[in-house]
Amino acid sequence: MATRKLAFVVRSLPYKTEASRLALTHAISSQTVEIYLNDGDLVEASISYVGDGVFNVMKNQQAGKHYGITTNEGHAKNTLLLDLKVLICKEDLDKFGLTEENLVMDADDLGGDMKANIVSYSEIQKEMETADHLLFC
Amino acid sequence: MGKLTIGTFSSLVGSMSLDFAVKLAEAAVKKGHNVDFWMSGNATMLAKKGQKAFKDYSFLSKTLQEMLATGNFNITACEACAEARGYHKEDCPEGFQRKSMDWYLASTFEADRVLHIGGD
Repeated sequence: MATRKLAFVVRSLPYKTEASRLALTHAISSQTVEIYLNDGDLVEASISYVGDGVFNVMKNQQAGKHYGITTNEGHAKNTLLLDLKVLICKEDLDKFGLTEENLVMDADDLGGDMKANIVSYSEIQKEMETADHLLFC
Repeated sequence: MGKLTIGTFSSLVGSMSLDFAVKLAEAAVKKGHNVDFWMSGNATMLAKKGQKAFKDYSFLSKTLQEMLATGNFNITACEACAEARGYHKEDCPEGFQRKSMDWYLASTFEADRVLHIGGD
C-alpha cells in the first residue's frame, strides 16, 4: 500500500496549445486511476498554476461561444469538485494585475467544497519538492 | 533494471520533442530498462499506421516496432485524443494500445522516473 504524489505544473496559456487543458484532464483522471492499481495503492495529484498558466483559471472564459469547445474554467472548476490540491502563484498574479476576484477560486455553485489557494512561489516549490514526479505542461 | 514512464503531448511533425522522447526511450530500452510511452494530444499522431518515410520528415515507426519487439516497451495513446483527431482503433499500428488518461497516471506509480514533455 503506497501513495505516489504527482505535481502537475501548468505554465502554458489556455487555448494557444492543448497543453494546459491536458494537464487539467490528466490531473482529473487521477480520480479513477485505482482501476489499474493494487488495492490500497493511490496516485495523488496536485495542480499548480505558474507564469502564463495563471490565465487558465480566469473567470468568464468564452471558449464555448467563440470556439465551440469546453472552457478551461470549467475544467478548473472540476478540479475543485475533486480532492485535488490547487495552488496559484501569487507573484505571477501580481505581475499580471490579477486578483482573487478574477479567478475560479471555488466550485460552490456546483456543490464543491475545495478551494483554490493563492500562494507564494516558495509554497509551490515545496509542493514540487514533496512530489514523486513532476509534470510540467 | 528500472522503469521509465515517458508522457508526451508534442506532435510528430512540427516539433522535434517527440523525436527526442522516442530517442530517449530507445536508449533506455537498449540499456535493458522497461519503458512505458504515453501519447496524448497531438502526440497521438504517432499512433497512426501507414506513415511513410521521407527525408524531410521524422519517421519513427521503424524504431518503435523494434522497441516493441524487445518486450520491454509499451506504447499507449490517449483514446479520446486519438478519436478527436479521427484516428480510430483500426488505424492503430500493431502493438500499440489505446487507453484513457488514468492509465498514464497508473504507469507513473511503479516508475522510477517520469519524463513528461508538454505540448509546444
